[in-house]
Order: sequence, then C-alpha cells, then structure tokens
Amino acid sequence: MNNAGTYLYAVTRAEASAPAEDLKGVAGEAVRAITHAGLVAYVSTVPLDRFGEEPLRRSMEDLDWLSETARAHHHVVEEVARTTPTAPVRLVTVYSGEDQIRELLDRRHDDFTATLARITDRQEWGVKAYVDPTAPPSAEEGEKDEAATSPGLAYLKKRQASLRSREEIWRQAAVRGEQIHEVLKSMAVASQRHRPQDPQLSGREEWMILNGAYLVDLDRGAEFARLVDGLRGEGIDVQLTGPWAPYSFAAFAEPSRGETGDDA
Amino acid sequence: MTLDQPRGAVLAQEGRLPPERVALVDLLDRLLAGGVVVSGDLVLSIADIDLVRISVRALIMSVRGSDGE
Repeated sequence: MNNAGTYLYAVTRAEASAPAEDLKGVAGEAVRAITHAGLVAYVSTVPLDRFGEEPLRRSMEDLDWLSETARAHHHVVEEVARTTPTAPVRLVTVYSGEDQIRELLDRRHDDFTATLARITDRQEWGVKAYVDPTAPPSAEEGEKDEAATSPGLAYLKKRQASLRSREEIWRQAAVRGEQIHEVLKSMAVASQRHRPQDPQLSGREEWMILNGAYLVDLDRGAEFARLVDGLRGEGIDVQLTGPWAPYSFAAFAEPSRGETGDDA
Repeated sequence: MTLDQPRGAVLAQEGRLPPERVALVDLLDRLLAGGVVVSGDLVLSIADIDLVRISVRALIMSVRGSDGE
C-alpha cells in the first residue's frame, strides 16, 4: 500500500499493557501497539495524502490542523505514559509501514532503552518565569535636582534615568531568570531551557525570562511545586505546568539534531 | 497512583490555568523541539528546524489575524 503511512507516537518497554481499544490518534485513527525486540511502539495508520511530505508542509502552516494534530498526538502519549515509562516521539514522525517500525526498534534498541531508563520514575515539569517591565523601578534618584534646573533639562534627565532604569530592570530580570533556573536545576535530574515564548502566543505582555523544563523524580513532584511557589515575588511571576510526559528529555544521546539540554 | 494527584493539586492551586492557546504553546514547545527524533526509512519527520520555524510563524500570524488579544 502506497497511500497509507504509519504514524509513530511513543515507545515503551514491552512490559506495558496494550492501549485502550478506543484510543484514537491523529486523523481519528485507532492506535495500536507493535511489540518487538522488548519494546512497544504505539502507532496508527495515516493517509499519506494528508501526512505525506508535501501536504505536511502546507498543513504545518495551518493553526487549526497543527493544534488538532498536536493535541491528538499528546493525548496518545498521555494515555500511554499514564501506566508506563514512555519515550514520546516528535510530532509527525511517519514511517512507510510496520516493517520499518520494527526495523527502527531493532536498530535503535539501545537508544530507546537508555532513554527509558533515564526517564523511569521521573516526570517533566515546565516552569515559566515572567517579569513585568512596567513595574515601578525602585530608583528615585534625580528628583531632587528638578527644582534647580530648567524644566527641559529636568525632563531629559528624568527620561534618561527612566531608560537606564528600564535597562537595569531587564538586566536584573535576566540574572533573576538564570538564578531561578539554577535553583530549579538543583532539584532536577536534568534540565532544558526552551526558547522564550512569543508574547503573541503566550498571551502575556510580560517579558519571559525563563521557559524551562525539569526532569524530577516522581516522589519529589510536590516538593518541586513548593520550590516553584517560593520563587514568586519581587516583580517576578512564576508559572508551573505539568507534569508532562518527558518530551524535553527523550532525545537520544547522539550527535544528531536532537536537543542536547544544558545539564552537563 | 500519585501520577494524577499532584497535577490536580498543583493546577488547582495555580488558579489561572490557561486558555487553550497557552496550553497549546507549551505543548508545541515540547512537541516541536522535544521528543525522540529518529531517522531512517521514514516518510517524514519534523526534525527539520525550518519547518518548526514555519509553523511557529504560522501560529503567530493566525493568532494576530484572528483576534487582537
């Protein structure tokens, strides 16, 4: 068959139970498990007229399609990860058939096994930190001079001071983002900084100073959440998301194009 | 087990869990930049960073186009 592809969502160890029969993936297709070489690949059939290379290039520009597909992919990953350590695969990974999936499980067996060992009994948490650059600066210098100088000069001075203080706020905020990351990192097994989100997408005007992902031991989740709570204040807002399946920590340790993380 | 419990507790205490779009952004951070990247005899994998940029740009455009929030 040339007009159907096999979409890969996630890989687990073979001890995993089969997916629920009614579990649906992208394009509304049923998810099935391929067990091979001690691993299980969760896949579904996709039509290549929508999941082939050319259609995908167009589809990725379509917010509704992207959103729907991302949520369907995520749903499958979540369902699988509910019961067993799960290595999520990147969005829209499509093979030509089940044989290719089996071959992948053979070829990358050790990589999958290593990744699964790394994320077992651990969860990913997302932490985003924002600073509000319009928050009033603490500096009040310069006001004393105002009476002694001309109004124009006073205005200019004030403006310069305001620009300086704004820059200063941002510089301090970046340092603060770094500090927050270091604190969170200390409780995490691994960490990864994503690019700050565009305000147009996050819906928040504030400057995002941290978009981090942290791989944390399962039994330290509550402790981690408390740590995050304690980092709020002084003009900094901190938002916790998760727990996530370990998307940010699933990359194979190889010199490929995968993310490498900043955990040394 | 403990998997779902902390999530509910944390999200409840967060209080302002996001509009759909915010969650989608967080999701795309992970789905487009994370996950296992495999290659071989596959038809396609979005490991291609250019495609990621395209999709993010498309997102921004769509969001701008659809409302002024």
